Amino acid sequence: MPERLSRLQVTAGLFVLALLVLPFADLTLAGHDPRGVLWRMVQGFLAPDFTAVEHIGRALVLTVMFAVAGVAAGGVAGLIMAPFYDHPWLRAFCIALRSVHELFWALLLLQVLGVSALTGVLAIALPYAGIFAKVFAEHLEEADQRPSRALPRGTDGLSRFLYARAPLALAPMRIYALYRLECGLRSSAVLGFIGLPTLGFQLDSFFRQGEYDAASAIMILYVALIASIRLWMRWRLVPVWILAAVVVLTTLQSPPMGQGALWRFLSEDIVPAPLRDGWDGAALAEWLGHILSAEALPGLIATLICAQIALVLTGAVAFFSFGLIVPRVSGRFGAVAGHFMLVVLRSFPEYMLAYLFVQVFGPSMLPAILALSLHNGAIIGHLLGRQAEALCPELRADAPRGVTLWAWELMPRLYGSFLALCLYRWEIILRETAVMGLLGVMTLGFYIDSAMAELRLDRAIILLIIAGGLTAAIDSMSRAIRRRLGTGALRRMPQETLLGERA
Amino acid sequence: MLLDRQSLGYGAAPVLTGVSFALAPGERVALLGCSGAGKTTLLGALYDALLAEGNRVALVPQEQGLVPQLSVLRNALMGRLDDHGALYNLTNLVRPRAKDRAGVGEVLSTLGLSPQMDRTVEGLSGGQKQRVALARALWRGGDVLLGDEPVSALDETQGSEILNHIAARFDRVVLALHDVDQALGFATRVVGLKDGRVVMDAAPAEIARARIEALYA
Repeated sequence: MPERLSRLQVTAGLFVLALLVLPFADLTLAGHDPRGVLWRMVQGFLAPDFTAVEHIGRALVLTVMFAVAGVAAGGVAGLIMAPFYDHPWLRAFCIALRSVHELFWALLLLQVLGVSALTGVLAIALPYAGIFAKVFAEHLEEADQRPSRALPRGTDGLSRFLYARAPLALAPMRIYALYRLECGLRSSAVLGFIGLPTLGFQLDSFFRQGEYDAASAIMILYVALIASIRLWMRWRLVPVWILAAVVVLTTLQSPPMGQGALWRFLSEDIVPAPLRDGWDGAALAEWLGHILSAEALPGLIATLICAQIALVLTGAVAFFSFGLIVPRVSGRFGAVAGHFMLVVLRSFPEYMLAYLFVQVFGPSMLPAILALSLHNGAIIGHLLGRQAEALCPELRADAPRGVTLWAWELMPRLYGSFLALCLYRWEIILRETAVMGLLGVMTLGFYIDSAMAELRLDRAIILLIIAGGLTAAIDSMSRAIRRRLGTGALRRMPQETLLGERA
Repeated sequence: MLLDRQSLGYGAAPVLTGVSFALAPGERVALLGCSGAGKTTLLGALYDALLAEGNRVALVPQEQGLVPQLSVLRNALMGRLDDHGALYNLTNLVRPRAKDRAGVGEVLSTLGLSPQMDRTVEGLSGGQKQRVALARALWRGGDVLLGDEPVSALDETQGSEILNHIAARFDRVVLALHDVDQALGFATRVVGLKDGRVVMDAAPAEIARARIEALYA
């Protein structure tokens, strides 16, 4: 890669790549009677039915409880690891933790712990611990170092950390933790799709019974829950929420697991099949070759194709939507409507949107791409829109309004930021694309899910390692491009601004 | 001898060359010189050399190094973190012990900061912050105090009072100062830096005013 890359080069490169892979993407309409399903869904969504309040309430409460417990556990673990993040082994461990998607963690944990509260909590806590460790380490690194230098030389490490390092990073850490809780609510909801008793589970059962009106009610409440997060999650109330989560989750009934499930998992299930009766190099090579050629490679290619197209469409959605929330561009009412649209789109996790689209279009790359680009595009659009709003008071007095302002003043100023945000979400899009396989799209997740379903956990582990490696590779690629774009200030994206707060 | 014909600074181009420096008991040294002359560099080198000799050194860095989110009391307590173990410091952070609180309270009252004891540093004025950094050094105590413009944000009267207080509390003191009259009133020895060298090292009475003005020319 050359030393510097221009914005045009990066944009064109990503765009051309997406065009090149487009002919190989499976975009067929595989659904049975898509128009009819869509019509019934729209009808249901326009007339939400809240009468199934008991089911809805339980699903919502458990969604919040799993999110609180998972994020709290991940946050504490991340906080403990953050000061030592410089250590290469710990860093590698954290990368491994966070490059495996929550749903994949849950699928693995289900084998050992069954459909239990611990499965749900750990599925969120494990990847989040890796993310928290990285971000908290960055917060510590970016905080003022001078107070630490002013301490007496002989001060022990713990005192140095507690007096002169942690207090300085606390404010950004708090804001980030709140943002992570919002993510946790999405993760928690999605865990329901693979059997945990959260919102996804309830949504799935409503859909299976064609109760679109009840599904509509639960989705409206879910958006309201996420939009009001700052009202019900106060720092003083954190201990109360954690206590509530512990009480609710420990009293959760779950089907018992057979004795020794963990030991069997470690000593037998995940050991490659050809090695279970002793070392056999030739059989292992053949076994591995088969997985790589018949499952990993097609899954990898489909994942990359799907993610590439989704990335470019994400950019398009963000590019055209961010102006919608700027009153000087879209008018006061237009901005309110724009905010509403972006809030709804970013409240629903990609996976849940994709689930909805699969109901209509059937399982091809089409629903996955649509869901990924709408959700991620709405997030980037929201962040850019907020930056644009902050720019507006600084514009000259005779600056234009409307689309002219968007095109002549806002877009040129924010293009670098836009590109950096897209690159930053590249890794996230890839992670999510792999997971879309659980819905029947032929990405890596599809092969992982089938291997798990056939109880071939040894295969599933190999595929999970490949999926994790792919995510880590895209992450480092994205970082390399961002560095060459000279957007150093955007090394870590201001995710904090998602909640409308600034550090 | 703390420094013996040393070159000080970072990387290839030293800020100061051929510096020799000794500090006799009871000496109060004022460092003079225009900004960029190397006062901070010299203080840094003296800090390392004094620690290597086994002295207890209190430090007032130019940028203060306070933790804005913590209270004045806790910032002052940081001066003695190395005297205690991590457990003592941790519990003291959560709730400072009565005797530490009383001790710091005395220091703060001499600095006129008693009312601000439990306020966080971020809400204080520039002069108040500087006095918190001084409180941390005074609470630390010891053989030597090194200060980099420690009273620059205070008015003349208050600054001189605090300098007298420092002179009474520490056996040896080295301060970088920019107010020449204040420096001459405080110091038993004046060291002038110019063009990367020590160009003057004498008692205040022996120095002609014109030589000091030449430092800033």
